Amino acid sequence: MNLTLHVWRQTRAHGQGSFVQYEARDVSPDMSFLEMLDVVNEGLITRGEEPIAFDHDCREGICGMCGFVINGIAHGPRRGTTVCQLHMRSFKDGDTLYLEPWRAKAFPVIKDLIVNRSAFDRIIQSGGFISVSTGGAPEANSLPVSKEDAELSMDAAECIGCGACVAACPNASAMLYTAAKVSHLGLLPQGQPERYQRVLSMMARAEQEGFGSCTNIGECEAACPKAISLDFIGRLNRDFIKASFLKGSKASRKSWAG
Amino acid sequence: MELRANVPAGPIDRKWDTHRFEMKLVNPANKRRFDIIVVGSGLAGASAAASLAELGYQVKCFCFQDSPRRAHSIAAQGGINAAKNYRNDGDSVYRLFYDTVKGGDYRSREANVHRLAQISVHIIDQCVAQGVPFAREYSGLLDTRSFGGAQVSRTFYCRGQTGQQLLLGAYQALARQINVGQVQMYPRTEMLDLVVINGQARGIVTRDLMTGEIASHAADAVVLGTGGYSNAFYLSTNAKGCNVTAIWRAHKRGAAFANPCFTQIHPTCIPVTGEHQSKLTLMSESLRNDGRIWVPKKKGDTRLPDQIPAEDRDYFLERIYPSYGNLVPRDVGSRAAKRVCDESRGVGPGGQGVYLDFGDAIKRLGEHVIRERYGNLFEMYERITGENPYNVPMRIYPAIHYTMGGLWVDYNLMSTIPGLYVVGEANFSDHGANRLGASALMQGLADGYFILPYTIGDYLAQAMFPKVDANHAAFQAVEGEARENINRFLGIKGKRTVDSIHRELGRLLWDYCGMARNATGLKDILQKIPELREEFWHNVLVPGDQEGLNQSLEKAGRVADFLEFAELMCTDALERNESCGAHFREEYQTPEGEPLRDDLNCCHVAAWEFTGVGKTPILHKEPLTFENVHLTQRSYK
Repeated sequence: MNLTLHVWRQTRAHGQGSFVQYEARDVSPDMSFLEMLDVVNEGLITRGEEPIAFDHDCREGICGMCGFVINGIAHGPRRGTTVCQLHMRSFKDGDTLYLEPWRAKAFPVIKDLIVNRSAFDRIIQSGGFISVSTGGAPEANSLPVSKEDAELSMDAAECIGCGACVAACPNASAMLYTAAKVSHLGLLPQGQPERYQRVLSMMARAEQEGFGSCTNIGECEAACPKAISLDFIGRLNRDFIKASFLKGSKASRKSWAG
Repeated sequence: MELRANVPAGPIDRKWDTHRFEMKLVNPANKRRFDIIVVGSGLAGASAAASLAELGYQVKCFCFQDSPRRAHSIAAQGGINAAKNYRNDGDSVYRLFYDTVKGGDYRSREANVHRLAQISVHIIDQCVAQGVPFAREYSGLLDTRSFGGAQVSRTFYCRGQTGQQLLLGAYQALARQINVGQVQMYPRTEMLDLVVINGQARGIVTRDLMTGEIASHAADAVVLGTGGYSNAFYLSTNAKGCNVTAIWRAHKRGAAFANPCFTQIHPTCIPVTGEHQSKLTLMSESLRNDGRIWVPKKKGDTRLPDQIPAEDRDYFLERIYPSYGNLVPRDVGSRAAKRVCDESRGVGPGGQGVYLDFGDAIKRLGEHVIRERYGNLFEMYERITGENPYNVPMRIYPAIHYTMGGLWVDYNLMSTIPGLYVVGEANFSDHGANRLGASALMQGLADGYFILPYTIGDYLAQAMFPKVDANHAAFQAVEGEARENINRFLGIKGKRTVDSIHRELGRLLWDYCGMARNATGLKDILQKIPELREEFWHNVLVPGDQEGLNQSLEKAGRVADFLEFAELMCTDALERNESCGAHFREEYQTPEGEPLRDDLNCCHVAAWEFTGVGKTPILHKEPLTFENVHLTQRSYK
């Protein structure tokens, strides 16, 4: 099949970008979307042009490195699928596709379809962990975790940190991403001691990074390649409200580190 | 070059404890005076960086991805082994040690493997404390499952994403240290070379992939956790960015490279569909529990699988290996599949595939049972191939998956360059000639969390360090070489893309140094690789410039190193005159076609010393002695 691509080209972070049209010829339905772009790029290189820059690594949907918007949809039309696992049989001959990078203030464009997502790392650095150092861990089975909690925690922990939730959100909010980590750790007994401090720190950091607020639209869940549930945002909100009250009551005793 | 393994004396189960006591310690107040560079942020790199920072060292950590969370450890599916014996099924540290030595076909160092088995139990404790959401039973206690090469159930797992969850645990530990300033993290930064001063590893030269800036980083020790070199084959199950550059550059600076020909091939991957193929996807080995593998009996049978009656099908694994059937180990299953495809009985486009058929299992157990067991894998298969494996048999073919070879290290994980440590898949250490499933995660974390933090202290406590910084002449010289190299790539302006040359190298290696090798073929490819390297240096086309992000330039650097490294891999394969584990030399097989080891002449680690590009490297042998495990021939008939 043959496709017409309009690809966002932007050479440097602060420069101007624009859509440039390319033709993708003789595309096999067995190709992944990124393999189709590989072929387009091989053509560009041999013609002496700069290839389209896009992020990718594992190409099996787990590393979270890839991701861009296809015709307005983060990771493209197939639900629960990263763009590296999207195959060309999801498209038909003659389709016109617009490819553009994640659009969010907190994710500045580096080049073409590549954005800087290090704000996500800084949210984790602000508290998305359990403060255990190597060596001091108790025997693993001394701490039972109900199967139900472990499964729910795992549902949240499956987040691959790709940023599609932010790209899909009209507010460019990082709420689903933050909620996934808060829930993953908050559902486990190991995560309890820092549970309320964690949610406050991470939320404060997300705001500082320039992510918007959540207004319960739900585009994030629809775009998430791992189908992380909106319910986790409810869980985060509950923890956040409780933490804010706790902080107020503890402030007078000066025992609150936050 | 002298290979000193530095294995402590004493009985095998006391060696590590004795050694830990004998190692020198660095006073807590002095630790902050030492700088350590960690390259790579996978399981081994991230766990090492976090643990060293917790101890008080000043750590700089580098990765080429945009975040340390994306290292390829994240893609590991199955699980992690540990000798917890929670099942009461007879497991023990000694049994895990024994299984791993045997699984490696007796080409690993006993003392290292025993230490790995001892440490395995602490890894699970550590990961649980970090919040890794392992699978649980209804009691709330940890669940385990069985894996290949073992008769006990000792594999801990998080659904089909164990690597992801373990890596996120290490990533979070690392994030905590970044937050307190104990680790400086450099994402999107690639190591271009190692800097050695007075015989000691003292730093690295890097390129910032966003700005193109070349920079020097000095330290008192350098740790490489940069993974394996499967991508030399172009098509592998590894992530696209995985490369040999860091360890190859260290090799060129004096680190011995051990057993480069030990490359593991995984039997159950989704086959290649065409020239455009960019990588191969693994389907979990567990599918072989219920799927039956077959090809048509007749050559070139083009009928659809459901139109081929039972009497025209060859269930070749069940036929050749009646007692293990479809559950033979990875190397055996892979070779058998290759053999039937070589006989022109392969299925699918290009004939490079065999059927993995669930028809009988669905009839016997019902579709719902199969869906419950393998639903997510079936979905993944359907997403990639567009075929529904509930109705049509899956097509699978072996693919390059993991490399047991790597930089040679002693018992302390130090390479032949003092101050250069190598952890995880990047070293050669624990898996011999074949790695068992669920052992890679175990080794990466053992190295990073529990071995390196001790052994590196012993080195720092004793070594003499004149302070050097990045202005030292040695750094300036290496930076100059790196810049010159980049200018060479950009200046060739030939006709071929980097990928087209990489693909050609991959095809050569797969044909001549893949699942089966022989002396004639290896001699042949050793002529062809230098020609291809010439082609690269004269005819490659790297667009763009050095400033800013340039993915073609990144690839060019990696492929240039693969083109040098491939020669060493084939040289090693030619030199090892036996078949063992994943290394199958056609000249050395039993009358039944099984690998034939030569314990008299080949029971050693082959560690190679670099002498120049295109020059014959020098072989050093570390003899392997087995005091605890007896050498036997593996049989699965």
